[in-house]
Amino acid sequence: MLLIRCPYCEEERPELEFRNAGEAHIARPTNIAAESDDDFEKFFFIRANPKGVIYERWRHIHGCARFFNAVRDTVTDKFIMTYKAGEPKPAKLPGAAK
Amino acid sequence: MTAAFRISGAGRLSQARTASFSFDDKSYTGIEGDTLASALLANGVHLVGRSFKYHRPRGFLSAGAEEPNALVQIVRDDARKTPNVRATVQELYDGLTANSQNCWPSLAFDIGAVNDLASPMFSAGFYYKTFMWPKSAWKNLYEPKIRAAAGLGVSPEKPDPDHYAARYAHCEVLVLGGGAAGIAAALAAAETGVRVILADEQAEFGGSLRFESGARIDGQGGFAWAQGAVAKLKAMDNVRVLSRTTAFGYYAQNFVGLVERVSDHLKSPGRELARERLWQVRANRVVIATGAIERHMVFANNDRPGVMLASAARTYLNHYGVAVGRNVGVYTANDSAYAAAIDLKKAGVNIAAVVDLRDNPAGPVIDEARALGIEINFGRAVISAGGKLRVSSMTVQPKNGGGERTVPVDAILMSAGWTPSVHLFSQSRGKVAFNDETKRFVPGTYAQDCVSVGGCNGTDGLDATVDEAYAAGAKAAKEAGGKAGKSAKPKVDAGESCSRGMLGAAPGAGPGTTVKAFVDFQNDVTAKDIRQAVHEGMRSIEHVKRFTTNGMATDQGKTSNMHGLAIAAEELGKPIPQVGLTTFRAPYTPVTFGSIVGHARGALFDPTRRTATHGWAASQGAVFEDVGHWKRAWYFPKAGEDMHAAVNRECVAVRKVGGLFDASTLGKIEVVGPDAAKFMELLYTNPWEKLETGRCRYGIMLREDGFIYDDGVVGRLAPDRFHVTTTTGGAPRVMNHMEDYLQTEFPHLNVWLTSITEQWAVIAVQGPKSRDIIAPLVEGIDMSDEAMPHMSVREGKICGVPTRLFRMSFTGERGFEVNVPADYGEAVWEALWAEGQKHGAVAYGTETMHVLRAEKGYIIVGQDTDGTVTPNDAGLDWAVGKKKTDFVGIRGLTRSDLVAKGRKQLVGLKTKDPKVVLEEGAQIVADPKQPIPMKMIGHVTSSYWSENCGRSIALALVAGGRDRMGQTLYVPMPNGTIEVEVTGMVFVDEKGERLNG
Ligand SMILES: [Zn+2]
Repeated sequence: MLLIRCPYCEEERPELEFRNAGEAHIARPTNIAAESDDDFEKFFFIRANPKGVIYERWRHIHGCARFFNAVRDTVTDKFIMTYKAGEPKPAKLPGAAK
Repeated sequence: MTAAFRISGAGRLSQARTASFSFDDKSYTGIEGDTLASALLANGVHLVGRSFKYHRPRGFLSAGAEEPNALVQIVRDDARKTPNVRATVQELYDGLTANSQNCWPSLAFDIGAVNDLASPMFSAGFYYKTFMWPKSAWKNLYEPKIRAAAGLGVSPEKPDPDHYAARYAHCEVLVLGGGAAGIAAALAAAETGVRVILADEQAEFGGSLRFESGARIDGQGGFAWAQGAVAKLKAMDNVRVLSRTTAFGYYAQNFVGLVERVSDHLKSPGRELARERLWQVRANRVVIATGAIERHMVFANNDRPGVMLASAARTYLNHYGVAVGRNVGVYTANDSAYAAAIDLKKAGVNIAAVVDLRDNPAGPVIDEARALGIEINFGRAVISAGGKLRVSSMTVQPKNGGGERTVPVDAILMSAGWTPSVHLFSQSRGKVAFNDETKRFVPGTYAQDCVSVGGCNGTDGLDATVDEAYAAGAKAAKEAGGKAGKSAKPKVDAGESCSRGMLGAAPGAGPGTTVKAFVDFQNDVTAKDIRQAVHEGMRSIEHVKRFTTNGMATDQGKTSNMHGLAIAAEELGKPIPQVGLTTFRAPYTPVTFGSIVGHARGALFDPTRRTATHGWAASQGAVFEDVGHWKRAWYFPKAGEDMHAAVNRECVAVRKVGGLFDASTLGKIEVVGPDAAKFMELLYTNPWEKLETGRCRYGIMLREDGFIYDDGVVGRLAPDRFHVTTTTGGAPRVMNHMEDYLQTEFPHLNVWLTSITEQWAVIAVQGPKSRDIIAPLVEGIDMSDEAMPHMSVREGKICGVPTRLFRMSFTGERGFEVNVPADYGEAVWEALWAEGQKHGAVAYGTETMHVLRAEKGYIIVGQDTDGTVTPNDAGLDWAVGKKKTDFVGIRGLTRSDLVAKGRKQLVGLKTKDPKVVLEEGAQIVADPKQPIPMKMIGHVTSSYWSENCGRSIALALVAGGRDRMGQTLYVPMPNGTIEVEVTGMVFVDEKGERLNG
């Protein structure tokens, strides 16, 4: 069982308290009704599904109930870092090659 | 009476404490502290099982957890029959009953052994080749036959009566394995004051000190030192010592699963003791001290009962006081088997000969063996074992060929060397590295905060092991926050010499030979099978493994993996690391389902949710149905009524008079805040800004792709407060969906969401008399049609308690839903019931609710929709705000497929024969005469007998359904085709007049 750090509770909690909520940093267009088919496809259907570093959303559903963002390595399952919803994609990851 | 092969003065068990037991209905006597294996061996019993594929007679290979052969069934009673128990780890208790497995009619004469003669048929990959065709035969013939023939024990017929405990634990240092290394590491860690857990799979700590007669630590014999050290650890407050506890799985972030066998070794465990306890331990640092496992020699008939690992024979002698034979041969490629020969010889057992593959080895053990007068043959091989139910001889030949000699023996002790137990390290996702010099895979790159010490790290020699382990324990504790310790590390006075061994097939079983030289005993995989797999094109060890099933049995190849790999590598002409090691997976040894399930079974498997009126409904004889976790009253049968009769009566009574229905399970969410209306506008298709306070609206929620996600009636209690209802099953996901948008897409909106599902009990009162039933109990609410029209909500009191009184209808009748705080639910229900009785109202359940709503064409999301249905498809376009510029799903609704012609649309169906009730889910076709497979144009989503209509009614999703009004369609069923007519969805009161009736 993984330990996940909730950036709101500011502590590591067991995986059972959390639920994954899909890829992060996919903003809903402000004027969504005017989106072209291609843009809507990219927004709604297309996901990166990378082997390696993924930016994804989690919810501390059995804790503070907040959604937040996490950076995880899909190969090792290791959480590299977590940060609050709305914060920008981190420019540099801890432990990344300099 | 002392058993025939018990050596007096040998071993550590007290001869006085006997235990009787039976094996295959024959009674024997053992000693407390024995394993089933040592007790059988003491009685001269070697034959204990038949092999999986060839049904060859098998005995004990080992004295521990790696045992591939000696699997038995332990029977306590009808409900407690544990199959596949390794006799080498099952502790003896007085009265133990064990049976052999996989043989018929008896162990000595097993008819399945014909497979051995027919073995060319059963060679590598035979499952894949033989049982392919015809396809149907797999289900009807092959699988049942294979399962019956390949029985690894039988399951008990009754539910498991035992209970299983579970514990979570945290510690700074978790030490896995309680041999010399584990104990030394635990000692070092413990005295720094941090929390330490030391676990070992055996009943007693000591690991290989159980048989290493040459080990001396701190002035004592190794095993005695281990007992003293563990006693000291047990006395420390910061240390937890777990015996009979196997670490079976190493998961992410130092999370380790262990199973403690609490009572399987006891004669009468008693109800208060759990059978097993699952430990889930999170450790700051883990010290892996799992030792090494001895390998067998791969030669012809190396599976005959009596052929076993040298270390096993030493364990039986030095710990249990049992001689595995009287005239024993030894076949080795390393030094450690000499120690076995020496120990046995000193105990009075004749050593017929030592056969050593090496040319001119030298060392103290060889000198000692020679000094004891043991015959030693260098540069020679045992090319075959004689005998069938028990080994009777070994055939010896110079390893490069030459004259053969047959030596009579009643046991052969083998040692091809030692394989580090890197299972847990590998499970932790560490990468093993191949040491070319020692031909061993040892821990290489670590992935977690753990360290391997001793045998499992490829460290040879007791002195080096204790040094390494003690330092590692101290370091782990320090890294986890411990203080520096003061005690001196244990001093190793004497250890045993060690040397390398060999991998792969021994002479006589090499390339070109077809003898049965077993690599994997449990799955009956021979050296020839591995080579055949390579010839048939398997290149990766993962493929070889699956093709031959080498290492895939319940022992997970503890003794076989390295041999199999070496043979494949030789055949491929590649170095071993290039062929690769197969992945180690949890569990290390088999784990019972019971220990994983723990208390989560029966009533504790899943939570049960009951509404406030549950007790009342039960007392009225209601039949309940499960809806998610909820128990809902399904129908209320009167004496003599079946479901059909009860539902018919309820349906008629509601439309004629009135009925009470518990709707408490509906999800309820309060949306509150200055921006509540704006939020509702974004989450639902309908317009909300202009909904007046005190009015209700039926809302539809979409996903962003335009499909219906949920629906429900929403009441506006105040400009900034909405009382939202959801479907029963949808409540949690709707809440999640709302929170998601509020927190991440619309965080600028000032809104609070609160789940109020369980705070409010909901009593639906429906029917022409509904107002008359409620009104006498209500205070402060004008319930006239003028003051409180259909689809309105008022706050006031009922029976003196607060209520949110909705005027709404899921039946098409004049109706109300009385919301009261859940604690008052039952009392208010009883008061309403008393009023209802005056009018002849009924209590009705979910089945009647379903029929009544279908009569009106009201949909149920999840039944009449399936995640691919738009509001338009469901005939609900009117609920989509056409002037709105944004809501979740607005863009999805305009996708080309969602506006295309010919989409499936919800319509009504009437069977031509009014008495025929369609099956929900039945497919619909336009032309019943077309060839199979027919073109299906839709399916039935809801179907009931409607007593009110005097006929069956149905709803269906049909391609272009609304353009087919009046058309005849067909529902092909196994018993004939049913003709149906496409109709509108409303079967009762098309004009909706009864809402005010
Ligand atoms: Zn949190």
